Amino acid sequence: MAFDYEKYIRPGKLPHIWCPGCGHGIVMKGLIRAIDTLGLEKNSTAIVSGIGCASRLPGYLDFCTLHTTHGRGMAFATGIKFARPELQVICVGGDGDGVAIGGNHFIHACRRNIDMTYLIMNNNIYGMTGGQFSPTTPMGARASTTPYGNPDPPFDIAKLAIGAGATFVARGTAYHASQIDKLLVEAIRHKGFSVVEILDSCPTTYGRRNKFRSAVEMMNNLKESTVSIKAAENMSPEQLQGKVITGLLYKENKPEYIAEYQKIIDDAQEIYR
Amino acid sequence: MEKQFPKIEINERYCKGCHICVEFCPTRVLAMKGFTASVINLEACIGCMQCELRCPDFAVKVTT
Ligand SMILES: Cc1ncc(C[n+]2csc(CCOP(=O)(O)OP(=O)(O)O)c2C)c(N)n1
Ligand code: SF4
Ligand code: SF4
Ligand code: SF4
Repeated sequence: MAFDYEKYIRPGKLPHIWCPGCGHGIVMKGLIRAIDTLGLEKNSTAIVSGIGCASRLPGYLDFCTLHTTHGRGMAFATGIKFARPELQVICVGGDGDGVAIGGNHFIHACRRNIDMTYLIMNNNIYGMTGGQFSPTTPMGARASTTPYGNPDPPFDIAKLAIGAGATFVARGTAYHASQIDKLLVEAIRHKGFSVVEILDSCPTTYGRRNKFRSAVEMMNNLKESTVSIKAAENMSPEQLQGKVITGLLYKENKPEYIAEYQKIIDDAQEIYR
Repeated sequence: MEKQFPKIEINERYCKGCHICVEFCPTRVLAMKGFTASVINLEACIGCMQCELRCPDFAVKVTT
């Protein structure tokens, strides 16, 4: 049965502004399906973002949404969760937004284990501003600011999240569209800080400069360069060379920040009563 | 009884002509017609929904 996406989209907002073949639309559809599966209410769900093409996402969704400043989605989301812990808070954004200018907010949100979900749409570039390299641009890749190839080694966002203390970390791709909502459903259900990185594609500013002739080629690359964590179990290190692992990568249960903070408030009120 | 095929609707107002639905349909049901995708071989459709899932532009609806 066709899925009724428009039920969750603000009237008159489609077609969206993303370029032909941009993976962000596929990721947004995955988020909508996850929200539908979980039955999240429009008035009790806050969807927050920073700045960038990816960060345009909340503007389309008919929920409580906040489009903030570049790299600061996490900070605003933290504030919302603090003030209204009963809300389901989902923060979204690109790799530039999340791990360049917003890197500091990102690692500290991971460290606190605050009960929110962070969806990073990683297209390895600053799409919105014309294709400057980001901290996830692969070495050797071309960007408007690395015309002879990028000399910087990239961040592995999932490893960064695990190292910083996130308690749920998963990775998917825009090609594996039907997996996106499944990962997000688990992430949103998890009590603690969840990071879902979706490997995405920007045909306009990354593809053109890096010998991808079309959006379809970029989708095929997402398929060929990744392997699921299940399949990886039976592969040799040689076979895994150059492959990125997808699926649920890490999960643990740790004290959640809002709950811990509430205990301090309760203790303090007890002392001064 | 006559065989029922899925219904495929392409919203031409939303389609941006990226070819994704055309390329990833396993049975070659779709093709580009000028700028937008269109159905050329509905009889081959197996209702797998891959076109609807991967269209970045909310332009494909498959009803099985
Ligand atoms: C403080 C500040 N610095 C720089 C910018 C310019 N800027 C806007 S979007 C962006 C990068 C967006 O890249 P990313 O988050 O990866 O998202 P994409 O556009 O690729 O989806 C930058 C540098 C800004 N808006 N604000
Ligand atoms: S510039 Fe890139 S990221 Fe931005 S909408 Fe276009 S394809 Fe998508
Ligand atoms: S539902 Fe599957 S078989 Fe039918 S047109 Fe779409 S991709 Fe092709
Ligand atoms: S995937 Fe969507 S936008 Fe792309 S050609 Fe097909 S219908 Fe058009």
